[in-house]
Amino acid sequence: MPDTIPFRAQNVRMGSSSGQPLTRRDGFLKVTGAATYAADNHPENLLHAVVAVSTIARGRVASLDVDAAKAHPGVVEVITPANRIPLALDPDVKVGLFGFRIEALQDDRVRYANQPIALVVAETLEAATEGVRLLAPRYDVEQTRISFGDGEAFEPVAVAFGSPPVAAVGDLGAGLAAASHRVEASYVTPAQYHNAMEPHAMVASWDGDRLTLDTPNQAIVLSRAAFAAYFGIPAENVLLRSPFLGGGFGSKAIMNGPYILCILAARMLGRPVKMVLPRAQMFGPVGHRGATRQTLRLGTDADGRLTALEHDAVATTSSFDDFLEPAANASLNLYASPTIVARHHGLRLDIGTPGPMRAPGEASGSAALESAMDEAALACGLDPLEFRLRNYAENDPASGKPFSAKSLRECYAQGAEAFGWAGRALEPCRMRDEAGQLVGWGMGSAIFHAPMFQAEARATLRADGTALVETAGADMGQGAWTALAQIAADGLGLDIDKIEFRSGSSDLPDGGVAGGSGHTATAGSALHNAGTDVISKLTELAVNDRDSPLFGAGNAGVDARHGRLYHRDDEARSESYQSILARAGLTNLEGNGRGGRDPASAEQRAMFSHGAVFAEVKVDPDLGQVKATRLVGAFAAGRIINPKLARSQLYGGMIWGISFALHEEALHDRRTGRPMNADLAGYHIPVHADIPDMEVLLIDEVDPYVNGLGIKGVGEIGITGTVGAIANAIWHATGVRARRFPIRIEDIIVG
Amino acid sequence: MNLFEYIRPASTAEAVTAASEPGAAYLAGGTNLLDLMKVGAIHPGRLVDVTRLPGLDRIEQLADGGMRIGAMVRNADIARDPIFAKAYPSVAEALLSGASPQLRNAATVGGNLLQRTRCAYFQDAASACNRRDPGAGCDAREGENRAHAVLGWSQSCIATHPSDFCVPLVALDAVVEIEGPNGGREVPLEEFHLLPGTTPERENVLGAGELITGLRLPADASGFRSHARYLKLRERTSFAFALVSAAAALRIEGETIRAARLALGGVAAKPWRARAAEALLTGAKPDAEIFAGAAEVALAEARPSGDNAYKIELAKRLVKRAFLLAAAGTPERVPALPASVFVSDTGVPTHA
Repeated sequence: MPDTIPFRAQNVRMGSSSGQPLTRRDGFLKVTGAATYAADNHPENLLHAVVAVSTIARGRVASLDVDAAKAHPGVVEVITPANRIPLALDPDVKVGLFGFRIEALQDDRVRYANQPIALVVAETLEAATEGVRLLAPRYDVEQTRISFGDGEAFEPVAVAFGSPPVAAVGDLGAGLAAASHRVEASYVTPAQYHNAMEPHAMVASWDGDRLTLDTPNQAIVLSRAAFAAYFGIPAENVLLRSPFLGGGFGSKAIMNGPYILCILAARMLGRPVKMVLPRAQMFGPVGHRGATRQTLRLGTDADGRLTALEHDAVATTSSFDDFLEPAANASLNLYASPTIVARHHGLRLDIGTPGPMRAPGEASGSAALESAMDEAALACGLDPLEFRLRNYAENDPASGKPFSAKSLRECYAQGAEAFGWAGRALEPCRMRDEAGQLVGWGMGSAIFHAPMFQAEARATLRADGTALVETAGADMGQGAWTALAQIAADGLGLDIDKIEFRSGSSDLPDGGVAGGSGHTATAGSALHNAGTDVISKLTELAVNDRDSPLFGAGNAGVDARHGRLYHRDDEARSESYQSILARAGLTNLEGNGRGGRDPASAEQRAMFSHGAVFAEVKVDPDLGQVKATRLVGAFAAGRIINPKLARSQLYGGMIWGISFALHEEALHDRRTGRPMNADLAGYHIPVHADIPDMEVLLIDEVDPYVNGLGIKGVGEIGITGTVGAIANAIWHATGVRARRFPIRIEDIIVG
Repeated sequence: MNLFEYIRPASTAEAVTAASEPGAAYLAGGTNLLDLMKVGAIHPGRLVDVTRLPGLDRIEQLADGGMRIGAMVRNADIARDPIFAKAYPSVAEALLSGASPQLRNAATVGGNLLQRTRCAYFQDAASACNRRDPGAGCDAREGENRAHAVLGWSQSCIATHPSDFCVPLVALDAVVEIEGPNGGREVPLEEFHLLPGTTPERENVLGAGELITGLRLPADASGFRSHARYLKLRERTSFAFALVSAAAALRIEGETIRAARLALGGVAAKPWRARAAEALLTGAKPDAEIFAGAAEVALAEARPSGDNAYKIELAKRLVKRAFLLAAAGTPERVPALPASVFVSDTGVPTHA
């Protein structure tokens, strides 16, 4: 996390908008097709670019038939390492905290399947596509390393974005020695690819040294600077517009080679260029969730209390860059144990570099941890929920710090109640439905850190009593535009229909990153502070003006609501914003705000959202077909700005958990390294009929420390807990403990 | 996608002439053909669009009690035809268990019969595939093959036929009507698709220019309507191909099976008719033991072609289940989750 900035918590107003289940503001545009996504832009004189990608995973490009491609009608240019203009930055250098080494045709080296090896630019998409085919690349192929057995092991210096690879408290040996029960088990999670509905897309236009980019992006102002750096121009020269995103999941927060090539083509050819990655090319150059193999060792005493928790993870990364899924860190902050060790090892494979994907580390790590906790509960002869309660962490196990707020006990209690957990048999294979199918119940704890990035916002109150609020935030479907507008309205003491909310463009104040489940907290704080700034200026005007009914109210103070300032001690004394501005002769009044974590709070408290997920599955006893039939999740995540959107986020996370547990896996051919199911027919994500009745309970939680607004995040936590809950339910139904994901029919009938 | 010639003939005769040229392919719903062209797996030089040929879009009851379906009838229309669904409920169930509603609205009867294998190595132009490129080799043999064939495969090819529709049709003795350069002919669907042997590129009996014009179900096929099921095991509840599927049908009189039909999907390069199992059941009492025996017989020749030994056991268990459900009686309407082993689910309507 970057350095933090102070947050002033005075005057926090949460009024009529926050807490309301408003329908998303952009929904109408989206369902009517009026929302313009990046690829919907068609500037004059547009060219189309298609990336040629490698079909081998390791070696060199020996030849490309550039002449054949260029001879195809409509093809304008073929860009290869031989003719591409230099970049201002070496693509093998990482830019900024979220930087990655990228493939921008720097040489003829192939480092993974689907790596860009050329770019064909043409007058039509069809011509560019056929041009790519005509390149008919030939390769010098080298031995591919693609599986756990053949990668190059290494000890990493960091996992994820700069986190330490090993974290340890206590004496592991002593903890294990003291245990009366020990459980050791290994779990494998597969490579998963983000596969947002909207693939990566860009329209790049140059005007001299100014660059306009229409492209979906989760970190608009940060990415603007990174794009500028590759082309040696000031960040202000780049206008990045990202009004709508069709999903991001982390993939659209990071840099990738195809984007640089698209911009480069526009520069070389002096015309706007559009590039949309076909679905198959989403499997390689734009990040993924790396496969892991995790081994857990849990020791428990006779009372079912942990004496030791060791979580060891092998995380896969590419041959040329590091992003290691911080899976073992999932064990650091959840359960009390006198000793906890989280350790990561690296394994280099001939794959594209992994990246952050919804709940990076926590999703894979929670799958293994919650499965292992279930195994340990069984070893102790305890109900899985009772076992977790006995190991409830009153303080953060890793740091010893108190939690800013933790309502996990309430989540357990209300979730269990809603699910009907009580009376569950400890032993497996005890329940059948009326049709004879095996029924099983499982549960898992959910946890996700509550980070904040940094953001800025501007609020401008206008003479007519409406306001313009601006921050370069990103709405990738989670509803940020709506929730942020609700916060902004409350910051200004205005009804939401008086707010014009402008976002999604890099010429606005920096809205930070829509990632890490920290966007609402961060950009929301900035917006609220900007509103507060306007209100303090407005108050100054009113209380110092003899003609205002609020004259002299400075000591008592004023409240702002519904577009009026009210004397705090005398509600009869009030004045509208319009009237204050008019008397002051102002056509508008601007305020600015920043959002970020208070460093003192960050130093003193551990900050997390928590939850509990309960799952019921049915399994055909002979055929091994599994169906999740019921899911209940109870989550405590501070103040909920919009319960409808928060529930949707949590549903989405839990559905992803079903996908992780039962469906999703990229299959790479073991010899060539090519993804063999790189489309949505072969790469299975659940369909509607796979999703059961789901219930999300939002547990009230007041967190006075996390930030002035008390907001945590709900974007990612829904996956955690859910994967383990489903795996545990399958065990409870069948007695089969599946230790690889996704859990398949053959695992159950053979197991 | 390569450049290709597009022809829209006005008559079947014109179509046959146009498609008799080397490199020509018929285009109907396009749900499979166009995908394969886009990914570069196939490169037809000429597409002959048969979607507007007259007279191929009818579902007809025949004088002899059978039914005839035109080759251009859309999958959704057959499945929702009340008379058809009543007479051949397992065919309707199979149709509704396949693809997605959007695809079923586009896909045609003829196209369904002619769809290509979903073997990833067939679809991936960079992989070696004897079916796509005779003599090139088979990358599936040592590749990701947990869903591949366990019956009728060869060293040349271990792919499966992906159709759901064809599985109960083969069980019910459907007949394919074909027009070609030398006039019309009929082929039992069971003999229409070919096992790979040493010529996996020959997927069916059609010669150059031959066009499927219709499909006929014989009169006695509807005699199984009271005891006919299609079951499908898959990795998600819709829009997934079968790991294994089974169409089981019985004609039961009193306590005795008078006739039995069984075909399996997802196990071979063709819908797999299991006649020996049918023979075992004929005259027997319909119970779990005899159905388990029939399953053993049906899979007697099965052997793994890769990481797929589990499919043999799975297929046996599925056959037994399909017969048990068939014996219990065809549901009044197609279940809400067609061909699923799960009967229903809270909040889901009980019928499709």
